[in-house]
Amino acid sequence: MAKSGDARGEAAGLDTFPRLLMHHARQRPAHPAMREKEYGIWQTYSWAEVAERVRAIASGLAELGFKRGDRLAVVGDNRPRLYWSVAACQCLGGIPVMMYQDAVAQEMAYVMADAEIRFACVEDQEQVDKMLEIKDGLPLLEHVIYDDPRGLRHYNQTFLHGLDEVLEMGRIHDRNHPDFLGSEIDKGSPDDVSVMLYTSGTTGKPKGVCQTHAAFIAAARGGCTFDRLSDGEDILSYLPMAWVGDHLFSYAQALVAGFTINCPESGETVMNDLREIGPTYYFAPPRVFENLLTQVMIRMEDASRLKRGLFAHFMDVAKRCGADILDGKPVSAGDRFQYALGKLLIYGPLKNVLGMSRIRVAYTAGAAIGPDLFRFYRSIGINLKQLYGQTETCAYVCLQPDGQIKLDSVGTPAPNVEVKLADNGEILVRGPMLLKAYYRRPDATAESINADGYFMTGDAGFFDADGHLKIIDRAKDVGRLTGGGLFAPNYIENKLKFFPHIKEVVCFGNGRDFVTAFVNIDLEAVGNWAERKGMAYSGYTDLASRSQVYELIRDCVEQVNAGLASDANMSESQIQRFLVLHKELDADDGELTRTRKVRRNFVAEKYAVLIDALYGGKTTQYIETEVTYEDGRTNRVAADLRIEDAKTFPPQARKAA
Amino acid sequence: MNRQTGDVIVDLQNISLRFGGVKALTDISFNVREHEIRSIIGPNGAGKSSMLNVINGVYHPQEGQIFFRGQLRKKMEPHQAAEQGIARTFQNIALFKGMTVLDNIMTGRNLRMKCNFLQHALYWGAAQKEEIAHRIKVEEVIEFLEIQAIRKTPVGRLPYGLQKRVELARALAAEPHILLLDEPMAGMNVEEKQDMCRFILDVNDHYGTTIILIEHDMGVVMDISDRVVVLDYGKKIGDGEPDDVKNNPEVIKAYLGTSH
Repeated sequence: MAKSGDARGEAAGLDTFPRLLMHHARQRPAHPAMREKEYGIWQTYSWAEVAERVRAIASGLAELGFKRGDRLAVVGDNRPRLYWSVAACQCLGGIPVMMYQDAVAQEMAYVMADAEIRFACVEDQEQVDKMLEIKDGLPLLEHVIYDDPRGLRHYNQTFLHGLDEVLEMGRIHDRNHPDFLGSEIDKGSPDDVSVMLYTSGTTGKPKGVCQTHAAFIAAARGGCTFDRLSDGEDILSYLPMAWVGDHLFSYAQALVAGFTINCPESGETVMNDLREIGPTYYFAPPRVFENLLTQVMIRMEDASRLKRGLFAHFMDVAKRCGADILDGKPVSAGDRFQYALGKLLIYGPLKNVLGMSRIRVAYTAGAAIGPDLFRFYRSIGINLKQLYGQTETCAYVCLQPDGQIKLDSVGTPAPNVEVKLADNGEILVRGPMLLKAYYRRPDATAESINADGYFMTGDAGFFDADGHLKIIDRAKDVGRLTGGGLFAPNYIENKLKFFPHIKEVVCFGNGRDFVTAFVNIDLEAVGNWAERKGMAYSGYTDLASRSQVYELIRDCVEQVNAGLASDANMSESQIQRFLVLHKELDADDGELTRTRKVRRNFVAEKYAVLIDALYGGKTTQYIETEVTYEDGRTNRVAADLRIEDAKTFPPQARKAA
Repeated sequence: MNRQTGDVIVDLQNISLRFGGVKALTDISFNVREHEIRSIIGPNGAGKSSMLNVINGVYHPQEGQIFFRGQLRKKMEPHQAAEQGIARTFQNIALFKGMTVLDNIMTGRNLRMKCNFLQHALYWGAAQKEEIAHRIKVEEVIEFLEIQAIRKTPVGRLPYGLQKRVELARALAAEPHILLLDEPMAGMNVEEKQDMCRFILDVNDHYGTTIILIEHDMGVVMDISDRVVVLDYGKKIGDGEPDDVKNNPEVIKAYLGTSH
């Protein structure tokens, strides 16, 4: 085992990712760097093997004419070979441009044109087909390299290359020019741009965020020190490679600390793979934790009475004292005994099923997490924490320190990061992890970084008495009702989304008399519920229009209203009217971003007629909508949507002033 | 698609099949070339499944001859057909419902297992080696058909479309030269059909397997077949490339319906 100081890569000169990689190949050559499940068996690549492959790919790229400063588009699922091509590109002083693999060809065309891509490294035939579709519109694109040759044998375009050929070509090149790659790595500077990540485009066209080696290494090193991550960690890399979170956790931190990343076999096997690997360090957006909990709850509802009883009893125990035990706070002996028993009977097996038995640190970010959801995981002994950051800050602004977890805050500013609040409540940050620039967008860069060098996050929040940052909403989304009450849509939506039957919510109310909501039901949870009630239904649209479902949803809305009524700041933003949408909001229809965040303005525009109906007092509204399937075909869905009222509650007496 | 088809691999000449007084097939001749996708279409009861059963030796025609790779085939039993590299799937799924997907596909390797029962029971030495070699093949098929996520799931718990895919996997595990598919897309939705088409084309392309296909869905057949045979009431009424068959007036009358 290497000394811990070493493990964090603090030795001088380890200031670019290629240097870190070569360092690990020397320091811990046989230590597993990556695992991938192939043919049902986990295959391990040691650091030495990874370094050899990266060397070969880099030399192969150079042979194809890749020059310092060139950009390499990387598209695909989390495959070791794609991570290698990222590193290979950096070895040559190039800039990998990470793209979402489920984007349609036209979205890719925009990014590829914007980033002036000459080389692309893609996963498989699906992605190659997209490249061929958009190639004519991209005069700069010269070479497309693919990882998986399946189905591509009849593709005879000369600009297509298999990654295996590139590797082979590179090995020969490396043998003939053994000093070439070393000198290329030596030329790299920590201030070079190491990666370009595109913002999800919640507002306007996506922008390319240029991050330097120094920025990402600073963020990664800070995080590793903060959570005492060693080279013994195991992490499952299953979130899109184009997302800043994956780049930080699976790439930057793995290279800084020297731990092992594990690539799932396919998107559908993630749950199985999670159980098999049992990661010690885990990252997931709230949505994933929510889905896991929903699945657990559904399965518990179908379990025998005895099991349900045990589960209910011990979850009560956990709710009472689990989080305190995790935080090391004093807990009575009786509760401790009960909790130990629960651990044996319920929490332990449950964590095992979830694949979370070994977790030391788990993080969530990307959206606000429901307090009950958060409490659930902590109460069964999973050290789930929140962090706050964005693409522009390497996802590194605030972290929750162990033992000081608050449900509704995102923690204290991370090491070396300065956070302050603007007058309007907007959060401003400064530190080594800030973006260098938006690619070819000096206007946008100037707009988002102020004269003092602070990045303007666009989020609204405040510090509590202990110095923990609380985020309320996007600064621009926070509005006022005509009555003067505060309207923070995310805040309300998140409360609703915690109900297992509700998948997505969009609230309206800024500049209006009262708050209204669009609701998407969760097809799995409501479908299961309908099945147990013996209701037959033909699909999402049918199920969503049933009066029983409306009753179910109204009940949820009214519970939230009761909660809001007790909060002095929020009592006016109770939901008075709502409807259940006839289709699921979908990224393919532009309603969600690729990271599944609601594009509020787009939805408001698209469904303006529904909003008018909500505020116009109508009880039904006819709507016809175009839906786009994954393969690009479109279809129309029409429905008569019912609009219902929900009960509101009088605000509870404000504390006597 | 520029597939290259080779020599005639199966040649059926003047096949007639009767069940008592019922004439299932009457004087049918057609051939199948190596590497091609050959479809048999026709209305219900036209004799499509009977034709397939004749090819893999379940039924023995009263008249006619079958040449397999140029050699006259004597009365052949289904297991001999399997040994000669003919694998098939069934119209009504014939999998072991209680066994996992992996075990079901493993059964497709049965013919190629050389060790005896005792060796397998002890799982030692040669048997272990053999099992590992077969498992690799099976895993390749699992990856090929993208069913990794259900590897350990009992087949009975899977939706219909996936069961069909597992059946195809089992047939593929036998590494057949000729694959007989009996309505592989029956009862599937559009998306599942598209997936299945993709897999059939991939199998044909990647393994070079000759595929004989029965299918109801005309769109599918016309899209993926190299040549099509049309049966009606046990008689052949059309044979040729999809476009020729589509324009054959007799076929239009019998199968596609006449336009009034």
